[in-house]
Amino acid sequence: MADENNTDEREEDENISPWQQMIDNPFLLLFIGVAMPTVFYTLWGVMEIASIPVAPY
Amino acid sequence: MAQFRQCPDTGLFFHKEAENLMKANAVAGVVCLLIGGILALLVVLTRWPAIHLLPADSFYMVLTAHGVCALIFWMIFFEMAILYFAGSTLLRSRLATPRWAWAGFVMMVIGAVMTLAAIFGGKSSVMMTSYVPMRAEPHFYLGLVIFAVGALIGCFVYLGTLVVAKNEKTYEGSVPLVTFGATTACIIAIFTIASGAEILIPTYLWSIGYISHIDPAMYRLIWWALGHSSQQINVAAHVAVWYLIAGVIFGARPMSEKVSRAAYLLYIFFLQLASAHHLLTDPGLSVEWKLFNTSYAMYLAVLASMIHGLTVPGAIEVAQRKKGLTNGAFEWLRKAPWGNPVFSSMFISLVGFGFLGGISGVVMGTEQISIIIHNTIYVPGHFHATVVIGTTMAWMGLTYLLIPVLFRRKMIFPQAAKLQPYIFALGMSMVAVFHMAAGTLGVARRHWDMGFAGNPLGFEYPATAYLLMGIAGIGGVIGVIGGALFCVIAVGSLVFGEKLQKEAGLLQSFGVPLADSAYTNEKPARLPMAPAEAVEADHGESGFEAPGTFILAMVLLVSFVIYYFINWKYLSEVWGIS
Ligand code: HEM
Ligand SMILES: [Cu+2]
Repeated sequence: MADENNTDEREEDENISPWQQMIDNPFLLLFIGVAMPTVFYTLWGVMEIASIPVAPY
Repeated sequence: MAQFRQCPDTGLFFHKEAENLMKANAVAGVVCLLIGGILALLVVLTRWPAIHLLPADSFYMVLTAHGVCALIFWMIFFEMAILYFAGSTLLRSRLATPRWAWAGFVMMVIGAVMTLAAIFGGKSSVMMTSYVPMRAEPHFYLGLVIFAVGALIGCFVYLGTLVVAKNEKTYEGSVPLVTFGATTACIIAIFTIASGAEILIPTYLWSIGYISHIDPAMYRLIWWALGHSSQQINVAAHVAVWYLIAGVIFGARPMSEKVSRAAYLLYIFFLQLASAHHLLTDPGLSVEWKLFNTSYAMYLAVLASMIHGLTVPGAIEVAQRKKGLTNGAFEWLRKAPWGNPVFSSMFISLVGFGFLGGISGVVMGTEQISIIIHNTIYVPGHFHATVVIGTTMAWMGLTYLLIPVLFRRKMIFPQAAKLQPYIFALGMSMVAVFHMAAGTLGVARRHWDMGFAGNPLGFEYPATAYLLMGIAGIGGVIGVIGGALFCVIAVGSLVFGEKLQKEAGLLQSFGVPLADSAYTNEKPARLPMAPAEAVEADHGESGFEAPGTFILAMVLLVSFVIYYFINWKYLSEVWGIS
């Protein structure tokens, strides 16, 4: 048990780097992983296709 | 009260609810692989020019079913099992909301059956890509949507489990690397499924006449956000399986946790943008869009794969060298357990994915040279290397690992299981290589009759092209035999394998809970933090602690460079300058 307490303390004491904090936060990663392709692939692509002029009848 | 059991051989903890879900999903996956494999035989025998088995209409129907069953259903069912394993077992945590997970599973089964029923009804032979304006029956799309929603629920159950594990402090520090890899797969899956909903729901509405028109260019754009990303779920997950198997078999620890995690992070940032390589020949999209998404972004994702491809064998090498296998550059590899199908499947997956799949993939993703092989049988050659030799073989290795550990059965036919990975790999490598070769000569993919007989636009292929397709056909038959052997061993072990635990009855192999006597109510001890990094501590940062791996990587690089330039040479010959 004493052992466990130790690790708890260590977790709180240690100042976790921002890098580590990002890596440890699945929801932040989820946001990045959805936002990147949505912006660069989907939205950008949709804008390009939508701006193709319609052929005159 | 969450109930757990500990596997006496591996020490892994299984949460009762989670393990049943893993079993059900894995079994459903293998059933889909089995169906996909039977269909593969029909497809490959039709594309073997001398046999030309099926008539045209059933060829396209069977090809549609093969793609959907193997690529979508087999992969995603199995991935659900992996997510539950990585979230629950590896974190020693109970699974969040198992009822929802079951609801997701049931939806996936219903969706899969519905879509297959539509395909075999004969009026939905639209290929797995279902490009508009081809119109399938409404329940083709509806089934896929229901399947996808089921999978989405699974993803959220996984994320919920991460939260539970964190709150209940089931592990110290950060999640293990394999779980991190599974998280990456889960994130990519969520984007994939969202894109799928974005395009398949409107297409469904169009198929029932509610919407009058779907723009084909727009369809292709959004569909490939689904189609390509779904392959990246596979990549992220099979890389995690490589790490897992390397850890279980060799006690190998990642050479550097930080580097491996950073590589996964590159996947999260960039992997999905490479979807654009499917649209390289599409009009309407600018060169800037194509180049940004396929070059700059894709190469960063490729870099990440190369890092994984290097660190996994590197970690194995380091672990083997520690055990004293230090002679020469390759003793560690020669003396690896090649007779253990868990290892051989995994290692073939790694090498095949890198050499066959990776190299051809980069060539296809390069705008200029991709045009040489666009829409030829080269493309199926490439992706059978990635998704069959790469992902499917990794799943097969994991299945062999899980038969005793998760299903508590002894594997039947151990001698045949030793050979199975080699048979399958031989056949599928032949399919991959000879399809690529035939594609270079221009043989079309998804085509019932490569000679276009009786067609005003007929084309005379050189005799070599027919020969290559014939050899690919032989390879395909060998591959199907290897795949069938896997299904027989896997399913046979669940039914007839010796019980390693008295509770592991027949129904229990398919997801019915083990009797309570198999579990305890005691919470598993907390998962300790990974010990300080083995390699960095022992060897400093020289980077040469794995010389054999380094040599392999150089061989890969040289092969790649040569092949890349050969393709530019081909390109230069397409239009002669006079
Ligand atoms: C068991 C051995 C297998 C053999 C012999 C085989 C063979 C083939 C052949 C000959 C084609 C047709 C190529 C064409 O005419 O365009 C094909 C297509 C395809 N295969 Fe396989 N395959 C096998 C396993 C798999 C597996 C395990 C997967 C997925 C994990 C898979 C995914 C696909 C996909 C997605 C297509 C493309 C369908 C389309 O164009 O719509 N195959 N396969
Ligand atoms: Cu792709």
